[in-house]
Amino acid sequence: MQPSSKLRRFHLFDCMNYIFMTLLGIMMIFPILHVLAKSLSSEAAINSGRVSLIPVDLTFDNYQVILNDPSILRAFGVSVFITVVGTLINLVSTASLAYPLSRQEYQGRKPILMLILVTFIFSAPLIPNFLLIKNLHLLDTLWALMIPGAISAYNLFIMRSFYMSLPNELIDCARTDGASELRIIWSVVLPLSKPIMATMGLFYAVTHWNSYSQALYYINSRTLYPLQLRLQEIVMNNSMAEAGGLMEELSNVSPSGVQMSVIIVSVLPIMLVYPFLQKYFVKGMLIGSIKS
Amino acid sequence: MPGNTPIAASKPPKRTSMSRSRLSQFRKYKVLYIISLPGLLYFIVFKYIPLLGSAMAFQDYNIFNGFSASPWVGLEHFRRMFEYSEFLRILKNTILIGGYDLIFAFPVPIILAILLNEMRVVLFKRVLQTVVYMPHFLSWVIIGGIAIGILSPSTGLVNSMLESLGLDSIYFLGEESYIRSILVGSGIWKDSGWGTIVYLAALAGINPELYEAARIDGANRWKQISKITIPAILPTVVIMFLLHIGNFLDFGFERVFVFLNPLNENSGDILDTYIYRVGLIQQQYSYTTAIGLFKSVVGLGLIMIGNTLSKKATGSGLY
Repeated sequence: MQPSSKLRRFHLFDCMNYIFMTLLGIMMIFPILHVLAKSLSSEAAINSGRVSLIPVDLTFDNYQVILNDPSILRAFGVSVFITVVGTLINLVSTASLAYPLSRQEYQGRKPILMLILVTFIFSAPLIPNFLLIKNLHLLDTLWALMIPGAISAYNLFIMRSFYMSLPNELIDCARTDGASELRIIWSVVLPLSKPIMATMGLFYAVTHWNSYSQALYYINSRTLYPLQLRLQEIVMNNSMAEAGGLMEELSNVSPSGVQMSVIIVSVLPIMLVYPFLQKYFVKGMLIGSIKS
Repeated sequence: MPGNTPIAASKPPKRTSMSRSRLSQFRKYKVLYIISLPGLLYFIVFKYIPLLGSAMAFQDYNIFNGFSASPWVGLEHFRRMFEYSEFLRILKNTILIGGYDLIFAFPVPIILAILLNEMRVVLFKRVLQTVVYMPHFLSWVIIGGIAIGILSPSTGLVNSMLESLGLDSIYFLGEESYIRSILVGSGIWKDSGWGTIVYLAALAGINPELYEAARIDGANRWKQISKITIPAILPTVVIMFLLHIGNFLDFGFERVFVFLNPLNENSGDILDTYIYRVGLIQQQYSYTTAIGLFKSVVGLGLIMIGNTLSKKATGSGLY
């Protein structure tokens, strides 16, 4: 009697758990499917509220509109540029500081690390940052989106702990073989850093691709808008128009189908790299959480 | 390092040998110092100069006079801050939203991690993890766009469901009363799955024999969770809680700005969006820098208080 009832209790818990978690998974997926379905439906079908998870009157018109809109294509190009070039800047500057700070031979690394930690805990407000960018004449240039965030203190600490975990003997060995420090960095350390570079690269690339506040603060020219800011404008215009009940009267409001397809276009690159993202991000998170 | 060789040890003034060995060390590893220069310069220019520039919070900064010629006004802006009813309303919003986030969003990853940990079908667990991590990689604009699409009074999924149940459709983003729930809820949707990673790592460290022993002793699932699982992740929970507390006023600009419109601004506006609007757009530089500094100092204070309390209560803290 006793064991069988216990068994059933286990069973009940598991059942509930699996049902609950499945529902949860569905909740995570459905909104995206809904957007995808809308992006593939005709405007009439969307406005009549008939579109839920399956496209109604399947059409690619919305994507056609995007392909014919130079401002969106340009914004896509800008985003690709800042993601690629920005990530390269991130990796070079983070690694070239993280490695020295991981070496015993580097004098004064303790105070330097403390000073970097301070910036991590206590950061300057928006306006002094803005004035700095302005005084450096970086305002309204794409550099303003890449240089000010060149090194994230958090990523620097993760990368440093990776370099600290490299076996010392390896570097000592190369030294006794007569290799110069530069040579050691180039042919021993760099080849070994591939996994951490991949992790950090993805960390930085996703941040570049997804961020819009920097562009909102520092970019004025519409030709330099990255995709997220262009999208933000579209979404916001629409929300404002809806709030004011001006849906039909405003000419700069995009039909919701087009909006949804811009969302899909900006999600697509992330989804394409998602399998790598998941693998490397989880690893990076774990390094970070263990070391800090 | 001095005294490595008898010659170095025999030299009487120890200080010179120290500095000489330091110098030779420096020379030997100069490549390390050279490659670290750009990074150090970066932290000085982009982190410490703005930090020093924050002193403009105590000035009446004028863009034509610049930093050096603008008059000093002491705590004037801080005093002004607390006299503005607008500021007080926005501070209240920030505290309320931060509080809701702490109450409703913070525990979700912990519960999810425990439930995920209880799943024995590995494939199912993997698939589910892949699914719940995914929203973390979407930008706030996209989350905002999706939410606006779903909650739209005319075309949204939620309202068509409400209507099919015979209820009136609701304009969720057009009413003050829903905005805070939407802000906190969208955060739960985006990041609670991702937040499980840290806890799952802590759970993976539990010795399976503990569960084995508990089962033999007749402990049921709830007992096992409450007596083994939860105590095991408690230190992680405390650390995450402290980090969260330190960011209490930092709910985030991007995630709020995308949802704001004239109809919900009254309850949705937070310090960061206020600083952007009044500081950057209306150019009240010194005043908003004062607000920014206030925010940073409060955050630092909260971390320190939380850390002390945690050290007293559990013996472990952040530092």
